[in-house]
Amino acid sequence: MLLIPCPYCGMERPEIEFRHGGEAHVVRPPDPSAVTDEAWTDYLYFRSNPKGVYAERWRHVSGCGRFFNVVRDTVSDRILASYRAGEPRPAAPVEARR
Amino acid sequence: MSQAFRVPGGVALDRARPISFTFDGVAYAGYEGDTLASALLANGVRIVGRSYKYHRPRGIVSAGPEEPNALVGVARGPGRFTPNLRATEVELTDGLVATSQNRWPSLRFDIGAISDLLAPLFGAGFYYKTFMGPNWLGPNWAWKRVYEPVVRRAAGLGTAPTAPDPDRYARYFDHCDVLVVGAGAAGLAAARAAADSGADVVLCDEAAAPGGSLLAETRATIEGRPARDWLAETLQALGAAANVRILTRTQAFGCYAQNFVGLSERLPEPALIADPTLPRERLWQMRAREVVLAAGAIERPLVFADNDRPGILLAESARRYLNLYGVKVGERVVVVTAHDSAYRAALDLASAGVAVALIADLRDEASGPLPQAARAAGIEVAVKASVHAIRGRGRIEAVRLAAHPGGMRTLACDALLMSGGWTPSVHLFSQARGKLAFDAGLEAFRPGPPVARQRSAGACNATFGLQEALAEGDAAGRAAAEAAGRSPPDPRAIPVEGAPPAAGGTLGAPLHVLGDRHARAFVDFQNDVCVKDVELAIQEGYRSIEHVKRYTTTGMATDQGKLSNMNALAIAAAVRRTSIPEVGLTTFRPPYMPVTFGAFAGPARDDLFDPARRTPIHAWAAERGAAFEDVGQWKRAWYFPRRGEGMRAAVAREGRTVRAGVGLFDASTLGKIEVVGRDAALFLERMYANAFKKLEVGRCRYGLMLTETGYLMDDGVIGRLAPDRFHVTTTTGGAARVLAQMEDYLQTEFTDLEVWLTSTTEQWATIAVQGPRARDTIAPFVEGLDLSNAAFPHMSVRDGKACGVPARVMRVSFSGELGYEINVGSAYGLDVWKALFAEAEKHGGCAYGTETMHVLRAEKGYVIVGQETDGTVTLADLGLDWAIGKAKADFVGKRSLRLAEPAREGRKQLVGLLTEDPTVVLEEGAQVTATATPPTGSSALGHITSSYPSATLGRSIALALVAGGRARVGEKLFASTAAGAVAAIVTAPCFFDPDGKRLHG
Ligand SMILES: [Zn+2]
Repeated sequence: MLLIPCPYCGMERPEIEFRHGGEAHVVRPPDPSAVTDEAWTDYLYFRSNPKGVYAERWRHVSGCGRFFNVVRDTVSDRILASYRAGEPRPAAPVEARR
Repeated sequence: MSQAFRVPGGVALDRARPISFTFDGVAYAGYEGDTLASALLANGVRIVGRSYKYHRPRGIVSAGPEEPNALVGVARGPGRFTPNLRATEVELTDGLVATSQNRWPSLRFDIGAISDLLAPLFGAGFYYKTFMGPNWLGPNWAWKRVYEPVVRRAAGLGTAPTAPDPDRYARYFDHCDVLVVGAGAAGLAAARAAADSGADVVLCDEAAAPGGSLLAETRATIEGRPARDWLAETLQALGAAANVRILTRTQAFGCYAQNFVGLSERLPEPALIADPTLPRERLWQMRAREVVLAAGAIERPLVFADNDRPGILLAESARRYLNLYGVKVGERVVVVTAHDSAYRAALDLASAGVAVALIADLRDEASGPLPQAARAAGIEVAVKASVHAIRGRGRIEAVRLAAHPGGMRTLACDALLMSGGWTPSVHLFSQARGKLAFDAGLEAFRPGPPVARQRSAGACNATFGLQEALAEGDAAGRAAAEAAGRSPPDPRAIPVEGAPPAAGGTLGAPLHVLGDRHARAFVDFQNDVCVKDVELAIQEGYRSIEHVKRYTTTGMATDQGKLSNMNALAIAAAVRRTSIPEVGLTTFRPPYMPVTFGAFAGPARDDLFDPARRTPIHAWAAERGAAFEDVGQWKRAWYFPRRGEGMRAAVAREGRTVRAGVGLFDASTLGKIEVVGRDAALFLERMYANAFKKLEVGRCRYGLMLTETGYLMDDGVIGRLAPDRFHVTTTTGGAARVLAQMEDYLQTEFTDLEVWLTSTTEQWATIAVQGPRARDTIAPFVEGLDLSNAAFPHMSVRDGKACGVPARVMRVSFSGELGYEINVGSAYGLDVWKALFAEAEKHGGCAYGTETMHVLRAEKGYVIVGQETDGTVTLADLGLDWAIGKAKADFVGKRSLRLAEPAREGRKQLVGLLTEDPTVVLEEGAQVTATATPPTGSSALGHITSSYPSATLGRSIALALVAGGRARVGEKLFASTAAGAVAAIVTAPCFFDPDGKRLHG
């Protein structure tokens, strides 16, 4: 079970308080009617699924209820960054504070 | 037999406390401190089980948790039976009742042993190849009727208990600065160093007594004291420290992300007897800042023909039986080894008066200090040894071996001590994603750089010398304390004397065993896998060790290959003429040791297994004898049978009553969300397919929520309470999902909107009053609103009062009748229900349950999300696309409706089906086809989604999804039943009051 730092609560909490929300920074096209079928299905179905550093959404569902983003190494499960929804992905993730 | 193999000594025993126990019904004696294994050995019991596949007699091989053979069932009274326990770990208690496993009818005479003679049939992949046919009586006929019942009887380990377990199991979440796994020399040194820093330390060990190899140590001194005195002093100091907890009988079985470690602790029987309120086991979910792994190493067996005969056991285990339990494993032993450590066992056994006939060393040379000591003690040592045959079946009688000097000879013996060297226990390190590195010099996998905040120390790190292990433990403890933010103590010199270095080891099988098709040289004792099985697997093309493992089943028994994996790997490498790292290593997965279901379940059983949600009206329904059904976690009243009524009669009566008069239905489980804020209407416009901006205050709309992929996700009535306030209802099962989807878009996509979402599901009790007399039923209780058709038409909502308490009244219907849903605060729900029910009875009304609700809505063709839909059904498929707000530029799911699949012609559409025989009720889920006997391999046109006997219509009705269904109205199709295809006519999906006149009554 991961320990996940919630940027809204300002503390690490156990994974059972959270729900995973898939890959982060997948932006819904602002005008879906203007995009091609290919671009739309890309948005719907295609995810990067990397082995390594990955930005993902979590929701602190049994805590503050907020969605936020985490940068995690999928190999080591190390969490490298945790930041609020809408903030840019940190350029060079640093080891999250404990 | 009275403990004929008991000798003086045995530091674990309390000889003042004799104990009696039974094994397979025979009474034996032992002492407090014994394990079941040591007591059986003391009593000369040699056969303790039959092997899994060949039913060969098996004896005790080890003295620890790695034991593959001595699996027993232990009964402790009614309901208290645990199968598959390792006798080496079962602490002897007075009156213990143990039974052997996998034998029939008895251990000594086992009919299944005939399979030993048939062994040539039982090679690798035997199950895959053998039980394939004949199938002329149907698919898999032979397997199901002939082979499986026989195999089930012959194989299988242990018997599952049948009575409920009366014991309690506890579960703890806990934290510490430093968790030390293993209380042997390295672990104790680590714990002491970490404790000296003031860190919060937990030290756990799987054994009843901490100490690891120090317990059996007779020769070494540590810090000037005999090793066992040092052990006692160190434990005393740690026990007295307020910042240290020592958990014995506690297995670290799994190491998960970020030092989340699973510990399973079993409580000793005497403590449980003294205090029956104690749990039988405790599951610790320990989050450690830092972990020190000091898990030790496991001695490897040697691979030679008939190496499984009772009396053949690991050398260090024989030493432990002697030094801990005062048990000699034989009168006259032969030691066969590739490692110096077995000489220690030989020396201790010789000192205890056991005749050591020969130490046969597989190596070319045996010149270290321990072999020298053995020679000096007068024990014959020979090198370049190879074992060629074992005589004796139920117990070893002699060994035929070749060695130098002496050549080929046969030595009589009643025990053979073997050692192939030591395998570091890297399981937890590997589970924590640490990469293992193969050390060619040591011929062992050892921990590489850790991924988690962990350090390995001692034998699990391939540091085998006592002094080196203590130093490494001390250093690991200090480093862990420092990493946990403490100031560590200075390094401590821990001098050791009398522990000469021990080296050596071998892996795999010798050349004369490889390629011998007749040798029964076991690699995996518990799964009965021989060298020839591994060879066969590779011959047949299995190259990866993961495939070899699954094909041969080596390493897949309950011991997870603790003894066998390295030998299997080396044999695979030898056969493939490649290196061990080239063959690879199988994955280490938790649990390291079997953990009981009780420990994992903990308190989550019976009523606590899954929380049950009950409505405020539940007790009333229960009192009335309602049958309940589970809908998610909710208990919902299913139907209300009267005396002598079955379900079908009750549902028919309830349905007729609603259509003719009035019925009350507890709809409290419906999900409810209050959507509030400046942009509430705009938000709902984006979340739902419908338009909401123009919905007037006081009116309702049937809302349909799609997934972003364009398929129906949930539905419910949405009422506008104020320009900026909506009462949203969802399906019972979809409430959490809908709220989560709303929150997701609100927080991450539609961030420009000012909206707040609040779940109010449990704040409201919802009473549906449906039927032509519904208005008459509620009128006496409702204040503050005009119930007339003109003032309060179908699909309206008002806040007012009912029975004097605040009420939100909605005029809605899921039955097709005039209907109201009265929402009151949960605390008032039961009283309001009772008042309404008394009134309804005056009008001939009744309460009805979910089954009648389903029938009534099916008569009207109203869909249920999850019944008519399965995540691949569009609004157009259901004929609900009229509800889409066509003018809206965007809503969740809209763009996807233009994609190829949702827009495809010929999709399945919702239709009604009326069977030609009105008494036949089709089965939900049945296939719908164009002909009664469709050609094999052709697709069905669709399937039945709902099917009921309808009292209103006096016949059966069904809803179905059928390809191009709306164009087929009037066509005859067929639905499959157990008795063959049944003809049915396609109709529109509404069977009753298609114009909806009754709704507006
Ligand atoms: Zn939070």
